[in-house]
Amino acid sequence: MAKTIAEINEKIKKGKAVVVTAEEIIDIAKEKDIKKAAQEVDVVTTGTFGPMCSSGVLINIGHSKPRIKIEKVYLNGVPACADLAAVDIYLGATALPDDDPRNKIYPGRFNYGGGHVIEDLVAGKDIKLQATAYGTDCYPRKKLETWINIRDLNEAILFNPRNATQNYEVAVNLSDKVIYTYMGMLKPNLGNAYYCSAGQLSPLLNDPYYKTIGIGTRIFLGGGVGYVVWNGTQHNPNVPRTEEGIPKVASGTLAVMGDLKQMSPEWLRGTSITGYGADLTVGIGVPIPILNEEILRYTVVSDEEIYAPVVDYSKSYPSGSSEVLCEVSYAELKTGMITVRGKKVPAAGLSSYAKAREIAQILKEWIKRGKFLLTEPVFLLPSVDAGITFKDLKERPIE
Amino acid sequence: MQKRKVVLTFPPSLIDQPVTYHLIRDYDLVVNILKAKISPKEEGRLMIEISGKRESLQRGMNYLQELGVEVQPLAQDIIWLEERCTHCTACASICPTKAIAVDRKEMKISFDKEKCIACELCVSVCPYKAIEILF
Repeated sequence: MAKTIAEINEKIKKGKAVVVTAEEIIDIAKEKDIKKAAQEVDVVTTGTFGPMCSSGVLINIGHSKPRIKIEKVYLNGVPACADLAAVDIYLGATALPDDDPRNKIYPGRFNYGGGHVIEDLVAGKDIKLQATAYGTDCYPRKKLETWINIRDLNEAILFNPRNATQNYEVAVNLSDKVIYTYMGMLKPNLGNAYYCSAGQLSPLLNDPYYKTIGIGTRIFLGGGVGYVVWNGTQHNPNVPRTEEGIPKVASGTLAVMGDLKQMSPEWLRGTSITGYGADLTVGIGVPIPILNEEILRYTVVSDEEIYAPVVDYSKSYPSGSSEVLCEVSYAELKTGMITVRGKKVPAAGLSSYAKAREIAQILKEWIKRGKFLLTEPVFLLPSVDAGITFKDLKERPIE
Repeated sequence: MQKRKVVLTFPPSLIDQPVTYHLIRDYDLVVNILKAKISPKEEGRLMIEISGKRESLQRGMNYLQELGVEVQPLAQDIIWLEERCTHCTACASICPTKAIAVDRKEMKISFDKEKCIACELCVSVCPYKAIEILF
């Protein structure tokens, strides 16, 4: 018998909802038949905690006296975008101080960038703001230097245009030199491999056709409450899938938003990727309402059934071809050793499975205690029938 | 046989002395040099794994101390900041001595300082600066 989100919420309010994590549901479904499990379980919680480059914060610092219409701005020396109204600022996770040596001293360390400022801001530390402007009759001030603190800001909103990618590539290096990539340091001649997904706990892998997740879905975000606000950039439902519907390559993505003031530095971490850049590691957990048997069947997916493509990051990825060398399951990846072209290759994660598990548990507790109600999405994320085609850039030379 | 990993700090007056040679020849010790450097202040630092009979090892240590070489366990120079660690496991696959290991059930990292040779590969790989090597 099908359930509605309103019915599930009634149970949550009464403290009677049955909530389990995406890991726990696997064993429950093995013990009971799917039909019975679908009747009994109301919500399955998911989690993921990994570096997510397309992240940032939108802040409004309040007006100074006299007023300033900020043109250029730095937060702890990291440049942010002020190309909005007078005192609205967007700081991206990968921004770097102008004087960071980048990869001039190879490989660069990227010790402090946008992601680190976000972690400091959410931790309640004072942030040094330096701004300049050209001055107008209504906004005469040309220079502003001040400490700011999250508690004094009008708004501090985490707004991440692309997070929680559904499945991801496994990076290896076929060349004879060490390479430094956003997927970590890769040793030559298939010396090691990195993967970046929580697999069976990952939000979108538990709802592969986005039958419950959409605009307005309330989620765990950075330790606080956030919302899915749109599909993420590069959202690409039309990829090869397994019989069960699990994408075999990176596919769906989420754009998410939430009040940074409620969040915690434990779940928003400044990240330094040697040779690549600065980043923000984001914790996300999405609740999946078990509306019917079909939805439950998707959440039962396990690491053995989720396959990731292995891609060479020395030539194939940089050139844009992303040719797949082979496929490996997350169950294999989590053993710490995979086989590529007949060679044993040590594999490690960039996304933390332990933290993903913790997020799914926290979200489960929130729901069980009636603290967190589910929302009805305004509309669902575009799925395989939405006619989306993923486009590479078509360059048109400028004469 | 006993084995220890230590960091030796030499004052400027000793940096041109063949101390390692004496440890090997006079005290019958096996010395494996892991790292060595001389700082701008002309202080010498030598990270070694040293093994031999218990008694020889003790005599060797006494010799170093009498010379004015400061000896401290390597473990003191290696810090795993557990609260910064996210247990992503990125460091585990590149650790050459398996000092960093993953509990596959919990998917959590453990760090055995005794096995660490302070190669610092993990330091550049850790995105969260959860490992500090002070050498």
